[in-house]
Amino acid sequence: MTLAVFFGCTFIAFGPALGLFVFTIARDPLRIIILIAGAFFWLVSLLLSSLIWFIAVKASDPRDEPLQKGLLIFGVMFSVLLQEAFRFLYYKLLRKAIEGLVALSEDGCSPISIQQMAYVAGVGFGLMSGAFSMINLLADTLGPGTVGIHGDSQLYFLTSAFMTMVLIFLHTFWGILFFHGCEHRRWWEITAVVVMHLAVSGSVCGVDPAPSRDPEVLRDVPVPSHPCPSLHPGGKSGHHLLCNIFSPELGDPGQSLWGRHWVHLRQPANWCGLL
Amino acid sequence: MILLDGNLFNRRVMLQLKGTSRVSGLAVAIAKPSPPQGFSPGLKCPNDGFGVYSKDYGPQFAHCNNTVWNPLGSGLSYEDFDFPIFLLEDANETQVIKQCYQDHNVPRDGSGPEYPLCAMQLFSHMHAVTSTVTCMRRSSLQSTFSINPEVVCDPLLDYNVWSTLQPINSSGKVDAEKEVIIVATRIDSHSFFWNIAPGAESAVSSFVTHLAAAEALHKASDVHLLQRNIMFTFFQGETFDYIGSSRMVYDMEKDKFPLRLDNIHSFVEMNQVALRNASVLWMHTDPVSRLNKSVEVQVRILLDILSNSSVGANVTLQEAGYSQPLPPSSFQRFLRARHIPGVVLTDHRTAFQNRYYQSMYDTPENIQMQYPEGLSPEETLEYVTDTAKSLAEVATVVARALYRLAGGANNTSAIQADPKTVSRMLYGFLIKMNNSWFQSIIKPDIKGILGDVPQHYVAVSSPVNTTYLVQYVLANLTGTVVNLTKEECLNPEKTPSSEKELYEYAWVQGSLEPNSTARVPYCVRSTVRLSKALSPAFELRQWGSTEYSTWTESRWKEIRARIFLVASKELEIITLVVGIAILIFSLLTTYFINAKADVLFSIPRDPGAVAY
Repeated sequence: MTLAVFFGCTFIAFGPALGLFVFTIARDPLRIIILIAGAFFWLVSLLLSSLIWFIAVKASDPRDEPLQKGLLIFGVMFSVLLQEAFRFLYYKLLRKAIEGLVALSEDGCSPISIQQMAYVAGVGFGLMSGAFSMINLLADTLGPGTVGIHGDSQLYFLTSAFMTMVLIFLHTFWGILFFHGCEHRRWWEITAVVVMHLAVSGSVCGVDPAPSRDPEVLRDVPVPSHPCPSLHPGGKSGHHLLCNIFSPELGDPGQSLWGRHWVHLRQPANWCGLL
Repeated sequence: MILLDGNLFNRRVMLQLKGTSRVSGLAVAIAKPSPPQGFSPGLKCPNDGFGVYSKDYGPQFAHCNNTVWNPLGSGLSYEDFDFPIFLLEDANETQVIKQCYQDHNVPRDGSGPEYPLCAMQLFSHMHAVTSTVTCMRRSSLQSTFSINPEVVCDPLLDYNVWSTLQPINSSGKVDAEKEVIIVATRIDSHSFFWNIAPGAESAVSSFVTHLAAAEALHKASDVHLLQRNIMFTFFQGETFDYIGSSRMVYDMEKDKFPLRLDNIHSFVEMNQVALRNASVLWMHTDPVSRLNKSVEVQVRILLDILSNSSVGANVTLQEAGYSQPLPPSSFQRFLRARHIPGVVLTDHRTAFQNRYYQSMYDTPENIQMQYPEGLSPEETLEYVTDTAKSLAEVATVVARALYRLAGGANNTSAIQADPKTVSRMLYGFLIKMNNSWFQSIIKPDIKGILGDVPQHYVAVSSPVNTTYLVQYVLANLTGTVVNLTKEECLNPEKTPSSEKELYEYAWVQGSLEPNSTARVPYCVRSTVRLSKALSPAFELRQWGSTEYSTWTESRWKEIRARIFLVASKELEIITLVVGIAILIFSLLTTYFINAKADVLFSIPRDPGAVAY
């Protein structure tokens, strides 16, 4: 019954975030708006970075393995920098918003402080980032199988869920730190956030991807249009997140085949997904 | 879930597996080479109960009391299995499954294997249940009353291919004085698995010989002067209780066919002629109808003509004798309606020589078709095998005998079957359908039917590839090329001299021009027609009929399979429990921290700032 794994992983990954949301954000409509806008900003940053990476991959030679690997690392770094840039943009936007809110309020005070905005923005970024990392995996946990047919660890789902939970927290903290640094012109705080973000993403990606694979299905017809490149000859995966934007059919179990045919589909995923 | 080696796929093992409730599915790895002891999932007595022998007619021959035709038959195809059974033809796929088993499922140190375990899932849900009566009743209720009918099964349906030596008016009726000799073969086969029916010996050998004989007969100079007409008939669906032949007899009785049963002078059938032992071809006749004097005389003439035609050829014709009944053949359906003199030619006297009757192992290797190594597809198409030569000899003998039977008086030395044509047909129908010859003789709009490995199963959507190809090959071999444009060929009724009633016109692709991808199409005029082969039981809506075939095929949505690893239940429960624990813990913690935030984060600042 892998519904158990599905619910378990969902609760692990999103439980604390749910707690934060319910008790600190849900009461105040302004905070909800900031949360959703923050999620949206993160989404836009990811879209742009995926676009750049996709163009780079299409323009390059797919058979050149080191180049593809280099492009992937470049893509990850670029994405991190773009996310932080969008966090800065969001800070600017919220700064302007505070002026507007002050103008609108009765007593000349903004109903929400920049620190609260920083916290909510961080949670927004974190939630969207966590959703992107975790949703595909959760969809696969619904099937009857588990990871490991090529020797990978069985604890993949559990560790991914914990990783996502940690990431949501990290984004929250980074949001607070970043906005504080922008507010008080403390550039070392901003650089610290960026460096930490790069370090975390780099360390999980740079681990030579033990190809964590979702329940494997076999097919004798190759997957028709799979734009996500393979890093290594074993068909080890490309960038999960970046791939997701442009290949929505990754989770498709394939078309029906007749008679004695088998269905083979690789579901690429690696730690890089958890940017 | 069981992965079964092909050599263990026999009745004893399968019935054991059927009896236990622990089996959820089965994958069979095809045995290469074919099992040497033979394998036939068909019945020991094929098409029993639908032939001519019953308790009222030749009871000593009914139900194979006298001769068991298929002694190796296990009847597996006719058993009901309630779990999916898949065939693995590719050894690589089998190897993947075995590897997964070796890696994860092998018990270690005496105790059972540990999680994660390798699992397999086979999907082949069939919508029809119980029997034809039930599923046809449900389908007809759906079709009548529902806006979106959910039909659950379809009757097996296809077309018979027939052609006459002298053209006849297909929409009218032939006079009762005009006599016709019917030559018949079946063109379909079956195996345990859906759409796997190579049928080399059981079907292809006989209809290829028939096609070659038809071509040879058309070479005689005075065909239009012959006293009797000859009808070349290729019955589809014979494997399933004579669908095609029972339908033709029914149409003849009900006057829906240009010919009537009165027109039939005699009947010659060819069944499984490729595995001749010492070049002997056996002539089977029906001993019960031969008790009638007039029929006996006709049969005697028929047998003598056949024997005389084999003089000089490398074929020895011998009679099977009065003690032998007819083998399962389309002729039996005609005998049920009328005592027609006829003969069935086979390569076996009692039991089949074919040890893989109606199985997936009835492949070209079974009829000893061998090609030398290293030939390109074009060269393989043109190479003449020994099997082709021997089938060509049989075709020559049959063609000459037919010529004599039809009243021809001239020398028959010109009537000769061409081994090259036979070889090309064997290659196309057994090894590779998508070859240059087949491509050149079909219509342009159906060139998609040329798949790769030919299978001869009568399906439910018609006509199947085999029917189309037999039709076009027959048209090519027996028809004439006429000088019509494409418009005239596709609309022959507009041309005054086309005699549309007598002939069929087909605009075929033609062969490739040299060094070009363009083809040179042309118009072929022939007498080849299709007649519907749907069992009369479905016309009469008698779904439980024991008189006519009532075979149906269930509908389905998807057929697929997959293997994966399954985790232990403990790990899953632990994940769930940990998740719930973290959720509750975080909810509680957040609530308390939020509630006591003033106490926890007391910062001596202006009271307007709200802490976290």
